[in-house]
Amino acid sequence: MAGHGSNVHSAELASRPGRDGLMSALARWAFISVSLAFLAALLFAPLATVFVTAFGKGLGAYFASFSDSDTAAAIKLTLITAAIVVPLNTIFGLAASWAIAKFDFKGKSFLITLIDLPIAVSPVISGLVYVLMFGLQGWFGAWLQEHNISIIFALPGIVLATLFVTFPYVARELIPLMEQLGNDEEEAAITLGAGGWMTFFRVTLPKIRWGLVYGVILCNARAMGEFGAVSVVSGHIRGLTNTMPLHIEILYNEYAFVSAFAVASLLTLLAVATLVIKTLVEWRTGYRRRR
Amino acid sequence: MSFRQPSILPGFGLTFGFTTFFLGAVVLLPLTALVVRTAMTDWHHVWDVVSSARALASYRLSFGASLLAASINAVFGFIIAWTLVRYDFPGRKIIDALIDMPFALPTAVSGIALTAVFAQNGWFGKYLEPFGIKVAYTWIGIVIALTLIGLPFVVRSVQPALAEVQRDLEDAAETLGAGRFYVFLRIILPTVLPSLATGFTMAFARAVGEYGSVIFIAGNLPLKTEITPLLIVIRLEEFDYGGAAALGFVMLLISFVMLLTINLLQAWGRRRLVGDRR
Repeated sequence: MAGHGSNVHSAELASRPGRDGLMSALARWAFISVSLAFLAALLFAPLATVFVTAFGKGLGAYFASFSDSDTAAAIKLTLITAAIVVPLNTIFGLAASWAIAKFDFKGKSFLITLIDLPIAVSPVISGLVYVLMFGLQGWFGAWLQEHNISIIFALPGIVLATLFVTFPYVARELIPLMEQLGNDEEEAAITLGAGGWMTFFRVTLPKIRWGLVYGVILCNARAMGEFGAVSVVSGHIRGLTNTMPLHIEILYNEYAFVSAFAVASLLTLLAVATLVIKTLVEWRTGYRRRR
Repeated sequence: MSFRQPSILPGFGLTFGFTTFFLGAVVLLPLTALVVRTAMTDWHHVWDVVSSARALASYRLSFGASLLAASINAVFGFIIAWTLVRYDFPGRKIIDALIDMPFALPTAVSGIALTAVFAQNGWFGKYLEPFGIKVAYTWIGIVIALTLIGLPFVVRSVQPALAEVQRDLEDAAETLGAGRFYVFLRIILPTVLPSLATGFTMAFARAVGEYGSVIFIAGNLPLKTEITPLLIVIRLEEFDYGGAAALGFVMLLISFVMLLTINLLQAWGRRRLVGDRR
């Protein structure tokens, strides 16, 4: 049961005969204002405050925030992390959705539950598990130290924690989409003699490309914005292992509000861009995901 | 019956193999490390950490605040979903798209932004202050942060279910003389209830584990405004790996129960819908 867009209903509503019109109008007014007031207080005001504070001391102060070398290092580390994590989870998402949506096998729903697991787990635990494995007192801690390999408090730890947290996002977009689209065209292609890879690239990929785009974008937004898990494994070394969200925390705790909110404004813009692309993808495909 | 149904499509071995390998390496093996670490730790120590006054206070806070936040979301999430599905108004599509904002926005950003708005000199804080209402650095602030991050789960669960409600049934009921409240209770609520319960549970599960947006607004006083995930971080900073693992294990158990509940609720919703259509 795929959900439909809700446009139909509003059109339908307009053509419906007006039953005690005043009550309906009042109810409509009440619902809309309660919804907007709730969202304004909880969502719009905090979003606005990010930009108001970031630009509060003028454009010069805003852009000066980014000339700081630690801030630049944090932005670079965040980009590197996302550049490693997103492709890996994209390949995983494609493989998982092919195996799950194209075939019937025992334990399929259990496998889907396991893939969803990282979403249900606290981000702190997502970081903790890697500390328990690779930290100084962890399983491989002594061995790693002997061989001079650092994972925790270094880039590999940050990458692993981010990989864990953003693990399900591409797969979750693609599995329902591919299940909904069915296997007919792929089976036709194979019957006509196309190879597996050719079928994937020429038949499946064009069909799922918008869902894939959104999955990748969402995975990227979560990778760049992850705080809890990365905070546990990073060690908070300024200029070295601080990602953008961690750097925001440090600036904020040092009362450098303009700089903190200036870095936060970049991540907010990333979130806005993510939602714009999501909306475009939904209009393009007329398909609404169920979460 | 064999493990898998026959199919002419290729690539099952490759994709299934890669999926299970990657899942095992990235997710399952590390989670096993957590369980094994807890099991290998001295049981007295595990019990001391898990049942300490500080831990008990943190469970109370994490669960209480999450329950309250999920309940607020159940009410307002339903109202917002209803507004978006049933009414057309200028900006509806933009509002609809913005519902996912808490999902896309990094938690550190929502944390500092909410704190700024609700602090004593903030936009809302300065009007609440004269009434003696303190939001930032109290449990109220924690509830607000958890409400924000849970909102999309309820709205997005309820929206498609509301769109499925059969309008002709509502019309028929009203023609036959049923009042609005009766129609809501007997037709709308039963259709939406499984989705509402799913959204509520998802929001609750997400809130219990939330860290980033809470620690900025919470004040983080032991026994008062210290959430369980923060206590894990503190144990870890003290190099008490066993204690951190034990607390993590408790939270992991809870996550499993939540995930199971969500799956059962979704199955209930599907059965209900199929039943309705017969």
